[in-house]
Amino acid sequence: MALEPALRARRDAGAKLLVTYMTAGLTDDWVDYLQVMVEAGADAVEVGLPFSDPAMDGPTIQEASVRALARGVTPGSALSALAAREQPVPLVAMTYYNLVLRAGLERFAARAVEAGVTGAIIPDIPLEESAPWEDAASGAGIATVLLAAPVTPDDRLALLARRSRGFVYGVNLMGVTGERATLAGSAKVLAGRLKALTDLPVVMGFGISTPEQAVEAAAAADGVVVASVLMRSVLAGAAVGEVGAQVADFRRALDEG
Amino acid sequence: MTIAGANRVEMAEPSESGRFGDYGGRYVPEALVPACAEVEAAFRAAWADPDFVARYRGLLADYAGRPTPVTECHRLSAELGVRLLLKREDLTHTGSHKINNVIGQGLLTVEMGKQRVIAETGAGQHGVATATAAALLGLQCVIYMGEVDTERQELNVFRMRLLGAEVVPVRSGSRTLKDAVNEAMRAWVSEVETTHYCIGSVMGPHPFPWMVRELQRVIGDEAREQCRTLLGGSDPDLVVACVGGGSNSAGTFAGFVGTSARLVGVEAAGGSAVGRGVPGVLHGMRSLLLQDEAGQILEAESISAGLDYPGIGPEHAYLAGAGRAEYASAGDDEVLDALSLLARTEGIIPALEPAHALAWLVRATRDGTVPGGSTVLLTMSGRGDKDASQVMSLLGDRVGLG
Ligand SMILES: Cc1ncc(COP(=O)(O)O)c(C=O)c1O
Repeated sequence: MALEPALRARRDAGAKLLVTYMTAGLTDDWVDYLQVMVEAGADAVEVGLPFSDPAMDGPTIQEASVRALARGVTPGSALSALAAREQPVPLVAMTYYNLVLRAGLERFAARAVEAGVTGAIIPDIPLEESAPWEDAASGAGIATVLLAAPVTPDDRLALLARRSRGFVYGVNLMGVTGERATLAGSAKVLAGRLKALTDLPVVMGFGISTPEQAVEAAAAADGVVVASVLMRSVLAGAAVGEVGAQVADFRRALDEG
Repeated sequence: MTIAGANRVEMAEPSESGRFGDYGGRYVPEALVPACAEVEAAFRAAWADPDFVARYRGLLADYAGRPTPVTECHRLSAELGVRLLLKREDLTHTGSHKINNVIGQGLLTVEMGKQRVIAETGAGQHGVATATAAALLGLQCVIYMGEVDTERQELNVFRMRLLGAEVVPVRSGSRTLKDAVNEAMRAWVSEVETTHYCIGSVMGPHPFPWMVRELQRVIGDEAREQCRTLLGGSDPDLVVACVGGGSNSAGTFAGFVGTSARLVGVEAAGGSAVGRGVPGVLHGMRSLLLQDEAGQILEAESISAGLDYPGIGPEHAYLAGAGRAEYASAGDDEVLDALSLLARTEGIIPALEPAHALAWLVRATRDGTVPGGSTVLLTMSGRGDKDASQVMSLLGDRVGLG
C-alpha cells in the first residue's frame, strides 16, 4: 500500500498517526509481532533490516539487531518473510545504506516492492548523498522518507521537506534511538518548523517511550514513531498479545488526545 | 624526479563532496551534517592561516619533538640487500605518529570554541595521543575503546586515565575498534555543540580523511627532504608504510606521490580491505570494506589492534584503483619475525603495526619483488613499548623469557 496516500487519508480524517517499529528476524514469529501492531492500530510499520553497525541506534535496537543477526536474518530472508503475508497498512524498510548498496540500488528496491514495502528510511544518507537511492526508489514506487534534525538550518529544512516522500521524519532530539524519561524540548520546535514548511504528514520519532509523550509530540505534528520501548518488550520475552496491548495503549492515547 | 604527463596521480584536495575518485563522501545522519560542515570550514580557514600553522608547527617541534630523524639501517640493509631508511615516528612524544594529528585537531577544537574532545581508539595509541593533546590544551577528553581492547591494552587505559581522560569501554557489537567508532559517533550526535570528534585516521566523513592526511603529511614532507640529503639528491625507489585506517601511510605517501617512488601500503592479512574488501559505506565514508554477501561488516583480526579495522581510508581506495599505490599484506608470524629482526640488527623495537611494513619488505627482498640495491624509505610509525607484554607472551619462549 502506497505510503503517502494512506497516511494523508488518515491524517485528513482527523487521526494522529502511529508508526511502530519491528526488528526483522528478532524472533521466529517476528511477523506475528508486526501483524499485531497493525491490528492494534498502527498506521504504518517500520521494518528494521538489521545491520552489523547501527550507528544511529541506542542500546535497545542495537541489542535487537545483534540478536536478529545472530539468528541468521538477512535482508533477503526478512523481505521474503514479509512477502508471505500481505498487510493492510504501508510497510517502511528502515536500514543502513551499506545493505542497500551491497544488494544494488535497483535490485534492493525491486525486492522491497515485491515484499510489499512502499517506503524506506536510510539514516546514513543525508541530502548530499541520497539522490542515487531516491531515484532508484521512486523508479520502483518506494517513497524515501528523509529525516530532519533539530540542528537542520532553515534553508536545508525546506529542501528536505520538498524532497521527502511519504512523510517527513522529525528527529525529536540530538542523539540516537532509545527511550528517554521526558520528551525533548527540541521536538516541539522542530515539529512546528516542519509543519510551517510542508503539507506532507510530519511524524516525530526517537525517544518516544510512553503514551503521554506520544500525545505531547503528536500535538505539534501529525503523528509519532514508537520503536525502542516496543523492542525492549520483545527482547524481554513479551508475548505477541502483550505487545499488541502496548501498541493499543498508544493508539488509545493518541485517539483520545 | 617527478612522473611526467598523463600518469600523474596527485594527492590533492578531494572534490567539493569530499570525494577521492569514487570514494569518500559524507554519509552521516542529518544531525551531524552541520558539524561536519563546521569542521571543514574551520580547518580550511586554519590551514590557510599562517598563525594557526605556526602554532601547529611550533607544538610539533617543541612538544612532540619534530622533525623526527631518518635513520639508515646499516646492518639490516646488508642482510636484506637494499638500502633501508626508517622515518622515525617512534621517537615522537607518546611514541607514534598519532601525535601529529591530535595536536592539529586539538588546536582546531580550541579554534572552534569547543571545550571537549572525544575519540575512538583500538590499540590505545590514538587514545593516549588525544588524551595528551587534551591535557596540553586544557580540553575535557572522553575515549571510546572496545572492551576487548581495554583488556588487551590495559596499560594504555591506565595512561589515558593518568592523563585525565575518561575511558569508556564499548560493549556493543564485536567490542573492538569498529564498535568504538560507532559509539563515538553516537556520542558525538548528542554532544556536538560542545564537542569535537577527533577521528584518529584518514577515515570517516569529509573532511576527516583529507584533514588527517594534511595533518600527517609532515611525515612525508620531512622524509622527502631527508632522503634527498642522504641519497645525494634523489628520491628512494620504494616507500613503504603500514595501513590500518591509513594515516601514517597517507602522510608518508603525500610527500612522495609526486616522485617516481613506488608506494606500498601494508595491511594486516586479517584486515586486508584492499585485498579482500568490496566498496561500501561505513563510518561516514564510501570505501573498500570487509563485508559479507549481505553487506554486514566483518571483523578484522590480527595480532595488532592498531590494524584491526575492516576498512581503509577512501584516498587509499582511490590510489589503489588509480594504480599509484600498491597494497599488500603481512601475516602474524612473519610480523613477529620482522619485529625481532629489527630489534636484533638495529636496536629498535618497533610497534606491531610498522612491523607489518617491515615483514612485507623482508619477504619482498627475498622473493625478488624488490630488486637488490633498491633504496627504501619505511615509516616506523610507532615504538614497541605498548606491545611489550603481548609480544612477550607470543615470543617469550623464543627469547627465553616465557
Ligand atoms: C604505531 C601505529 N602505527 C600504525 C597505526 C595504524 O593507523 P594508521 O593506518 O592510521 O596509521 C596505529 C594505530 O593504532 C599505530 O598505533
